[in-house]
Amino acid sequence: MQTIDLSEIGLREMNKMLHSQADQTNQTAWEIINPKGAHAIACGLNAPIEVTVKGSTGYYCAGMNQHATVNIHGSAGPGTGENIMSGKIVIDGDASQYLGATGHGGLIVVKGNASSRCGISMKGVNIVVQGNIGHMSAFMGQSGNLVVCGDAGDALGDSCYEARFFVRGSVKSLGADCEKKEMRAEHIEILQGLLNEAGFDADPSEFTRYGSARTLYNFDVDNAGAY
Amino acid sequence: MKTMCGIVGLFLKDKSLEPKLGEMLTAMLITMTDRGPDSAGIAIYGGETIGRTKMTVQSDDPDTAFPGLDGALTSALGGAVNMTVKSTHAILDIPAGTTALARAEIDKLDRGIRVMSRGVSLEIFKEVGLPKNVAKRFEIEQMSGTHGIGHTRMATESAVTTMGAHPFNTGDDQCLVHNGSLSNHNSLRRSLRREGIHIETENDTEVGAAYLTWQMQNGATLGEALTSSLDDLDGFFTFVVGTKDGFGVVRDPIACKPAVMAETDQYVAFGSEYRALVDLPGIENARIWEPEPATVYFWSHNAAPSSAEKAA
Repeated sequence: MQTIDLSEIGLREMNKMLHSQADQTNQTAWEIINPKGAHAIACGLNAPIEVTVKGSTGYYCAGMNQHATVNIHGSAGPGTGENIMSGKIVIDGDASQYLGATGHGGLIVVKGNASSRCGISMKGVNIVVQGNIGHMSAFMGQSGNLVVCGDAGDALGDSCYEARFFVRGSVKSLGADCEKKEMRAEHIEILQGLLNEAGFDADPSEFTRYGSARTLYNFDVDNAGAY
Repeated sequence: MKTMCGIVGLFLKDKSLEPKLGEMLTAMLITMTDRGPDSAGIAIYGGETIGRTKMTVQSDDPDTAFPGLDGALTSALGGAVNMTVKSTHAILDIPAGTTALARAEIDKLDRGIRVMSRGVSLEIFKEVGLPKNVAKRFEIEQMSGTHGIGHTRMATESAVTTMGAHPFNTGDDQCLVHNGSLSNHNSLRRSLRREGIHIETENDTEVGAAYLTWQMQNGATLGEALTSSLDDLDGFFTFVVGTKDGFGVVRDPIACKPAVMAETDQYVAFGSEYRALVDLPGIENARIWEPEPATVYFWSHNAAPSSAEKAA
């Protein structure tokens, strides 16, 4: 385990150290202490390493992540996991606005609540939230899954494409062109898989699925495989 | 990263922290410097003296403007006026009920003196420059008080001037800081001026402050005034509002301007970012949350110590 004291070496040095880890690194476990809400912690990682941040983080933590696992032992600021490509981000506390925005792949797990615009313009990322999510979440969501064990705020899935939303609690309001969908066996399976991966003990049958009514864009079933 | 302004606020529940209010608030504000380096300001609610009230005034040329000001006011107001000069600002300690008279006398003297704040416990200090320099100039770190608000500005809607700096004060012991921008401030300014509300500048936030003052002059509580601001103000905003007894927080319904709050048995703190709060005592175990959009929060020294009431 390598421990980095952010207050001693500074953000650039720390990120440089993490970026220099190649695919075959033996230094797979990293711990960051004294994050003090700093911005851009562990951004742009591109190696199968595990980074644990001991405390709360500022803007864009673990943004653009590829292959790495980033654990945040605290709450996460705006734009955490923005444009995540692969790998995993686990937030012990709450997440601020636009969590996982434009994410292409990977998994983001939030053990607390996520704020507004969670998963905005998601393009393949999976996001699993144990608590509630705020308003305008998954706006223009194109692909991927957003799982909410609690409640969703106003305008869920506004102008969405083919992203799937599973909500166990209430939805304050649905956004334009977002509708309630039938929960079929394949959806139960997807949801169970995501809950297992996130480590949340919830019954998939208690969730409701939401998705696009496909009236705002030119959906062609022949292109379904593209999402 | 689009930031535009940083706000901090600190409301003390634990009296033993009061001597350190200025120091804590200054540290919080300096952390937010990169959100807005144009100007900075701090409002401190300190102690009040029965039968007295205060005005904080400012001059770009304090060496000429302030000497003899206390004497001139003493004769005009018919009671003792004590003046403490701090750099470009002066705190005038005047007899209660003479604020309007003092303001008229200051205008009559025509020395280019501008009123920053008025009230029995409120003092506002603000200038162009970085938070650390502004705080040092006014010795904010040495100030004690019950609660305070700070602001560091990235100017968008009006010029970088002292008068465009936050906090804004338009009523006794009331002040407002703002992160965001209001789009209907011109029409609102015109209607408020018709209602007789004094508005100094072309700044959008001052209109927000004037709006709240007008609402409260017409009988609204701070909570009610903040709630109606959600209908009448167009734009995006996080407001932190100070009154003699406490402070309130409200975010517009879209809530894209950031806000983080922390509460312990000792204090309630507000920051545009969590970074501003990290050095507060006991922050590791504080309750930390983001205020909900379109929801009014208010803490008062008159209410039960730990109540986070939704005043609306």
